[in-house]
Amino acid sequence: MLSKRIIPCLDVRDGLLTKGIKFKENMDLGDPVAAARRYYEEGADEIVFYDITASAEGRGIFLDVVERVAAAIFIPFSVGGGLSSVAHMRDVLLAGAEKVSVNSAAVRDPSLITKGAEAFGSQAIVLGLDAKRVGPSESIPSGYEVVINGGRVPTGLDALAWALKAERLGAGEICLNSIDADGTQDGYELTVTKMISQNVRIPVIASGGAGNPGHLYEALSEGQASAALVASIVHYNQYPIKDLKEFLSSKGLPVRLP
Amino acid sequence: MLAIIDYKAGNQTSVKRALDHLGIPSAITSDRRVLENSIGLIFPGVGAAGQAMGVLDSSGLSDSMRALTGAGKPMLGICLGCQIMLERSEENDAQTLGLLPGETVAFPPNLNDFDGRPIRVPHMGWNTVRFIKRSPLWENLKPTDQFYFVHSFYPNPAPGLALGLTWHGQDFCSVYGREGLWALQFHPEKSGAPGLTILENYYRHCRERAARSR
Repeated sequence: MLSKRIIPCLDVRDGLLTKGIKFKENMDLGDPVAAARRYYEEGADEIVFYDITASAEGRGIFLDVVERVAAAIFIPFSVGGGLSSVAHMRDVLLAGAEKVSVNSAAVRDPSLITKGAEAFGSQAIVLGLDAKRVGPSESIPSGYEVVINGGRVPTGLDALAWALKAERLGAGEICLNSIDADGTQDGYELTVTKMISQNVRIPVIASGGAGNPGHLYEALSEGQASAALVASIVHYNQYPIKDLKEFLSSKGLPVRLP
Repeated sequence: MLAIIDYKAGNQTSVKRALDHLGIPSAITSDRRVLENSIGLIFPGVGAAGQAMGVLDSSGLSDSMRALTGAGKPMLGICLGCQIMLERSEENDAQTLGLLPGETVAFPPNLNDFDGRPIRVPHMGWNTVRFIKRSPLWENLKPTDQFYFVHSFYPNPAPGLALGLTWHGQDFCSVYGREGLWALQFHPEKSGAPGLTILENYYRHCRERAARSR
């Protein structure tokens, strides 16, 4: 039986984590490779890196990070942030990532999804989708609008329609982030998670809002997500990954335990 | 040395990194002599069957692999490699290598998951394998160990060749083969400690076999 996945998300700028990560012994890690290695050892099922570097020089540093991560962990990891061409995708995949995630660039040019899937296979292409609750309207029947550039720019696209289109274009997975829930620690946005999970056949990763183990359970059961993205809840050593998994297992969900 | 067959199919370097981490000597190569001189082959792969077969046939690697495995050289197929070791694939309706009898098929529509909801395709993530026959390849593994899968098609080898089963809406064959010619639908190089154990077991088997034939 396929396990529900827990995926820590690490933000990297100029080759370093944007926020240090505290592990049990209060060691503060700023090195993304060391942090990835720790999460690998603690039972993370996959790791997501977001590169929020702006400069071209920073990009080179980031590719070096990807290569060092690939030599240090033996689980899949994906890379997102500013990827806007097949050449960018090839760079990070050759450096050792399994998947690339495209977000704003795919909204601007949806053919990027198809080109990526044709070049590397659908399994390598994740659609990052930031959804904002706006209420149902004629142009946004689902009530959730796609927003880009970190949630600042509305696109006029319906989130459900965009998810279905991305699946048709060849995306192998959707990482669905709720802009409303992101950073609140009040729980995942279950309505949009369930709506999109129910309507696509590819896996959906729920993102944004995790504050306690019950929130993960809700997203993976009621929300019907295949995986849950976690950040603060694990980075500040509130809940080790092992504890989150033991909780989900005790509630009857299939998870990978050590 | 293990030879990782190079046919531009994506994940050769992931396999190499895992072997490097284990201290197992390996080379990524399409050179017939290097393949011949290795103690065992690894046949990885990500992508589509039709395109992969095009590269294998035009480069002569198809013939090399048939000859070498026919002469008893061990081989471990991974993911797409595992699928195209059979005779035919529903993906691109491709004729494949035919190293072992059987064909690769798509997950049927309308299968349900444990919660009664439709299964998702690709089958992407961690799952268990019920090994149904003994093999040196899964020594030191626990029944609860999980492996990383990502695929939309799965191997359906001739009766008697299945070695391991996995459930995704139905049981499917996730490991098959015979002694010295094994095929894994999952990625051992991305399956954490249990996956690395399988790669170590394979290397040990190849070394023992090479020592015996010397």
